Amino acid sequence: MSALLPQPLLASIEGAFEFIFTPQYSNVTGGKKVGGIDQVIELTINQLEVTVYALAIALVVALPIGLYLGHRHRFEALAIAFGTAGRGIPELALIAFMAAAIGVGLLNVAIALAVLGIPPILTNAFVGIHQVDRSAVDAARGMGMTESEILRKVEIPLAIPTLMSGIRGATIAIVATATIAPLAGYLTLGDFIINENVYGENGVLAGAILVALLALALELVLAGVQRLLTSPGLKPRTE
Amino acid sequence: MRTKTTRLRLALAALLALALALGVSACGSSDDDTTGADTTASEGGGAGGAIVTNPENEGVTLTVGSKNFTEQIVLGEVYAQALEAAGYKVKKDLNLGSETVARKTLKAGQISGYPEYVSTALTSFFGAEPEEVPADATEAYEEAKAEFEKEDLTAFPPTPFASANAVGLLKKTAEEKNLKTISDLEGVSEELTLYGSPECRQRIDCLAGLEELYGLKFKKFTPVDIGLRYTVLDNGQADLSILFTTDPQLAAQKDKYVILEDDKQVFPAGNVIWVTTPKVVEDAGPDYEKTILEVQEGLTLPVVQELGARVELEKEPAAKVAGEYLEAAGYTG
Repeated sequence: MSALLPQPLLASIEGAFEFIFTPQYSNVTGGKKVGGIDQVIELTINQLEVTVYALAIALVVALPIGLYLGHRHRFEALAIAFGTAGRGIPELALIAFMAAAIGVGLLNVAIALAVLGIPPILTNAFVGIHQVDRSAVDAARGMGMTESEILRKVEIPLAIPTLMSGIRGATIAIVATATIAPLAGYLTLGDFIINENVYGENGVLAGAILVALLALALELVLAGVQRLLTSPGLKPRTE
Repeated sequence: MRTKTTRLRLALAALLALALALGVSACGSSDDDTTGADTTASEGGGAGGAIVTNPENEGVTLTVGSKNFTEQIVLGEVYAQALEAAGYKVKKDLNLGSETVARKTLKAGQISGYPEYVSTALTSFFGAEPEEVPADATEAYEEAKAEFEKEDLTAFPPTPFASANAVGLLKKTAEEKNLKTISDLEGVSEELTLYGSPECRQRIDCLAGLEELYGLKFKKFTPVDIGLRYTVLDNGQADLSILFTTDPQLAAQKDKYVILEDDKQVFPAGNVIWVTTPKVVEDAGPDYEKTILEVQEGLTLPVVQELGARVELEKEPAAKVAGEYLEAAGYTG
């Protein structure tokens, strides 16, 4: 058992950071070094790129549906069940299936990953809009706002916290799962994790650390975006 | 809530099925006690000699490991069921990922042994260059065994069949471009796409070797899951794909796929050796090595391709295919 655990954890992490910054020898490459900051940057950019594409596709598909259904208060059970069921998608199988059915590469991986992002975005958009205080909506309607104005000026601003939490969840799921993209023709940080034969234990750990940092960074960025979007009236008072 | 209970029920059902399966197989092996009374039958050791159940082995539990692709899983099943027939209690852990994971699991004592390609052991574990791997199976085995012993592991002698990576393509592409050997790709490869497993990209016994030792440049190398190596050819996504010489597709569909001759020997061939630890050998007694060697004697290239074909092409479960092979070859039943 003990051999499977990383030896002294600190030494492992040190090894991983060495791998991130300086290319290392590998057993199987015939003398060519692997890893290092250049490869890390390249793969990080790839990982971000596929995440952004996937998120964009998920938003385009899920937001309009979620907002519309929420506004009309229709299909509540369906919208919520969809979100729950969506968490059970076997992404690896989906990627393998898509790779076989429609090919490999950036766009195909992005589509497969978008499937992960759609359920939380759709469900949270629905719930966020659906639970907006009816009296606020009625007041808006009484003031003569059109349905689209109600959605844009009343419901969406009030639903921002719920909406954004769906988007944040989707982003984390997508960026973390983008590690399997090298199995479908697109190199991401997952390359370090999948190919222990090439990169060694340090590479695997380095990949995991980098993906975790990337997820954290995206989370911070989106938290910032949420702050900017949230209407002052909804923010907790500081006094 | 509803999905949760359904899942729980499914899990319970799966557990029950597993328990039943284990129970049945346990009964199966104890039944063999009566049939295997003739101890001299196996002394010949040739393919077809029945494996004798030794009640003394009952107290020993062996965990059979394998890597995560069809050929390995079938081999794992064959070894596991043979050991079971010899009277051992056998557990299986047949999806261990790459050789690095398999070796670690073995060192950690979580498996008792697993089948490894002697060429992979030499290149991946012990730093040999592909061209340094001895062509002779016994010589390669001796070399690997000596290296394994340095890290307190050991290995049993090799199988009759050997496996290697190969550059494969559709027969019609090969004929169109008049390709027979990998060297023939010179001047053509720039227009061809090559697909292979993600690790292939940097391995010297794969893409890196094709680039450095053959001096080839490809239009594009695309990493894909190892299970898609024929699909990408079928779909026309790949012009060339990295295959295994033991692939059942190559035997079953000779007029569809061909492999290019590795004229500069970038892809060393490897027979399979059973890698284990001296401690397991000692605990398990003499029947351990005897059973492994006996059962693998029938594993020639056509047999391995046939077993692979039934699992990969006809979608039969590996356990069933292995069981029927053991029975048909006269090892059990």
